[in-house]
Amino acid sequence: MRVVLEAKHINKYFKKPVLFHVLKDINFQVKKGEFASIMGKSGCGKSTLLYILSTMDTDYKGELLLNNQLVTNQNSNHLSYIRNKHIGFVFQFHYLLSEFSVLENVMLPAKKLAEKSHQEIEHDAIEKLKMLNIAHLAKKRASRVSGGEKQRIAIARALINNPSIIMGDEPTGNLDSHNAENVFNIFKKLSDEQGLSLLIVTHDKDFANKTDRIIQMADGKIIT
Amino acid sequence: MTNWKVILSIAKTHLLTKIKQTAIASLGVTFGIGSYITLVCFMTGLNAMLDNLILNQTPHIHIYNEIEPSEKQPISLYNNADKSFNVVHSIKPKISQKKIHNALPIIDYLEKNKDVRGALPQIKTQIFYIAGSIELGGNLTGINPVDEARLFNMEDYIVEGSAEALQNTDNSILLGIGIAKKMSLKVGDRVQVSPISGGIFPLKIVGFYQSGIADLDAIQSFTNIKTIQRILGKANNYITDINVKLHNIEQAIPLSKKIEQQFKLKAIDIKTANAQFETGTTIRNLITYAVSITLLIVAGFGIYNILNMLIYEKMNDIAILKATGFSGKDVQLIFMSQAMIIGFVGGVLGLLIGLGLANLISTIPFQTEALPTVETYPVNINPLFFIIGFSFAMLSTFLAGYLPSKKAKRIDPVRIIRGQ
Ligand SMILES: Nc1ncnc2c1ncn2[C@@H]1O[C@H](COP(=O)(O)OP(=O)(O)OP(=O)(O)O)[C@@H](O)[C@H]1O
Ligand SMILES: [Mg+2]
Repeated sequence: MRVVLEAKHINKYFKKPVLFHVLKDINFQVKKGEFASIMGKSGCGKSTLLYILSTMDTDYKGELLLNNQLVTNQNSNHLSYIRNKHIGFVFQFHYLLSEFSVLENVMLPAKKLAEKSHQEIEHDAIEKLKMLNIAHLAKKRASRVSGGEKQRIAIARALINNPSIIMGDEPTGNLDSHNAENVFNIFKKLSDEQGLSLLIVTHDKDFANKTDRIIQMADGKIIT
Repeated sequence: MTNWKVILSIAKTHLLTKIKQTAIASLGVTFGIGSYITLVCFMTGLNAMLDNLILNQTPHIHIYNEIEPSEKQPISLYNNADKSFNVVHSIKPKISQKKIHNALPIIDYLEKNKDVRGALPQIKTQIFYIAGSIELGGNLTGINPVDEARLFNMEDYIVEGSAEALQNTDNSILLGIGIAKKMSLKVGDRVQVSPISGGIFPLKIVGFYQSGIADLDAIQSFTNIKTIQRILGKANNYITDINVKLHNIEQAIPLSKKIEQQFKLKAIDIKTANAQFETGTTIRNLITYAVSITLLIVAGFGIYNILNMLIYEKMNDIAILKATGFSGKDVQLIFMSQAMIIGFVGGVLGLLIGLGLANLISTIPFQTEALPTVETYPVNINPLFFIIGFSFAMLSTFLAGYLPSKKAKRIDPVRIIRGQ
């Protein structure tokens, strides 16, 4: 299977308030269509790792490859482009632009990419919303929908440019078990049917057990 | 590759959802630009009026025969005294005439010059005005009234009567308004004048002259050239002054130098004669610009503040945009375009308000003894001011938007996301 994401000897230090070796020689791969989860105690460095993998944090040692191409040390404009085209990110908190409508929120990354016409983008966005059973919210303001709905809108937004990989930092952390189950099913379907790769940080044992692979972290290291 | 459509649509949404702040920031610019336009139109209008007061009636070159001591004294023509030190006591001017020798050919010659709009002869003389037992000293100037009206706006300073009446009536006089007041004379009355050489001549008053300068109006009167030649008992080639009006005022200095050399006459150009007026104009302009720039700087700080606040409120949005693939430059452009939109809307509104106020000022009555032809406050609505005002609005909002947008560009999305 093709490797989508590869981390080679990633080390990260926080220099303030004291020098702190937060990630210690991280090596792993995510293959195409693979649904991987990351688990580990609070404070072991999961979020920190995810920010590096998503190219938002560039202050680290080691190498990061996306679709077999080196991402490390690219300029920030190119990194923005990579995030836009190849990476979908779902946060723990529902990060939406509250002044825009649900549909506009979903469309925005595609408009930035500007590979399709406005009509195509709108059509795609509505398709994604339909797939997540929230098409009826399209015209609503993003600040006027529930938490679970927001989470699904964020997933639709992460999917809009058909990325190579979706990363999530506790995307179900704020949801009740029913909604968490729902989100898991969506991810599972995307991975099975569309061959999407997923890398999800979670504290939910049940959630993790249903994924293809669990990456266990402790104290800044990967143990399994 | 910048995707302006997305950037502008985000900027627009931000501005519209924060319409109150947007309005306040725009009004700051409107206020600054509006007052700049009003001030500058009004001030330059006043400047032009004050300049015209003097410059319109002043010839560009004034040619006359100066009575002065010869520069070369006879002793210096004497070779034997070359190496000695000469002292000449009590030098007196040579006895000569005030009249310009060959005045009529000189006028013809000047009229043929393509830079010259017109060259008009004048005869200046001192006289006494006599009415009953009152005698007042003063000046009587002989002119070609219709030509003077054409070239030097003489009509503007005739408060009763007309230049034609003076031209066409023999033995007529256009009396200075100050003299008329002192001697309580009206149009149609007669006033007697007496030149220094003697004799008394009754002249019919056909109008009053009011220059706006009280000292001048108390002594100065006009008559036509023929009349004054008759009063002085001189031939019709007796001319004491020639006033030249040019097409371009900048030619005054070189042409006056040339005339002095060519005809051995005194030729004073307008710039030398009225140097102090330019200084006044410059200082008034300086004040106008200082006040306007201060207003715009205040407006600029307002925009800076509001944009800074906006960016603080929009931290989350900035983090999301960056996380979903917008570059730092995109984010900067989003906030820059907000600043520029504020500047554009506020600036255009300011131009319109300035135009309105300037027009309003131009309808306010303004009557003063000193300015007989002015009825309302003068304003000078010059398109250049609007171009300057608009450029200034854009420039100041650009500067005010630059620093906050630079800050937005640098915001680290990871820090914001962690902070949640
Ligand atoms: N900006 C920072 N400066 C210094 N130390 C930091 C900073 N951010 C995080 N840390 C530390 O790095 C460690 C890893 O943090 P991280 O957020 O990656 O943990 P996590 O595994 O995601 O925990 P959780 O499961 O609670 O979200 C923690 O000990 C945290 O205190
Ligand atoms: Mg975390």
